[in-house]
Amino acid sequence: MGAIIDIIGALLLVLGTAFLFLGGVGLHRMPDVFNRIQVGTKTTTLGTLLTLAGAACLHPDWSLKLLLIGLFLLFTNPLSSQVLARAAYRSGAKKMATMVTDQFGDEPGDQS
Amino acid sequence: MVEALIYVAAGLAGGAFLLALARFVKGPTTADRVVAFDVLTIVAITGIVFAAMFEGRVIYLDVALVYALLSFLGVIVIARYVERKA
Repeated sequence: MGAIIDIIGALLLVLGTAFLFLGGVGLHRMPDVFNRIQVGTKTTTLGTLLTLAGAACLHPDWSLKLLLIGLFLLFTNPLSSQVLARAAYRSGAKKMATMVTDQFGDEPGDQS
Repeated sequence: MVEALIYVAAGLAGGAFLLALARFVKGPTTADRVVAFDVLTIVAITGIVFAAMFEGRVIYLDVALVYALLSFLGVIVIARYVERKA
């Protein structure tokens, strides 16, 4: 029983770090800043959560602290992604050629 | 088998760290560098969890939690600085 849970935990670790690795590859393959923000945030959220779940399977008595780290990442990762996207937009990334639509700039109250 | 899989996972995390570091060095704009820094901090949290597993000490998870808090604040502050400077 314990051996099966260990193998499941190790597979979760490999899966999560594979997602982190794909995020690193995506940082190089995506054409502009906003695509890189998407890749860098979504893959690292899923990859870190899977890795923490794998660590919780391997060490069941650490589950509470791992759950705390996972909850904190779930709260903070989308927030930093949104702040980064707004900073990239306001610092001149909106003039790039790969952008197709710009709904943020159409808002009437936008002063940027 | 479990040991080998854990080493494979640590190697993949190291590869992700190196790729994000290359983007951090190369990145054409400041925003690219901040995105790469965000990815670097999250991969580093995973690395601290791996260090806790290799050493078998639960106290490293507290380090990971505090590091997550501080790196989040750092990314927010740098992003606000980039936004204000423009």
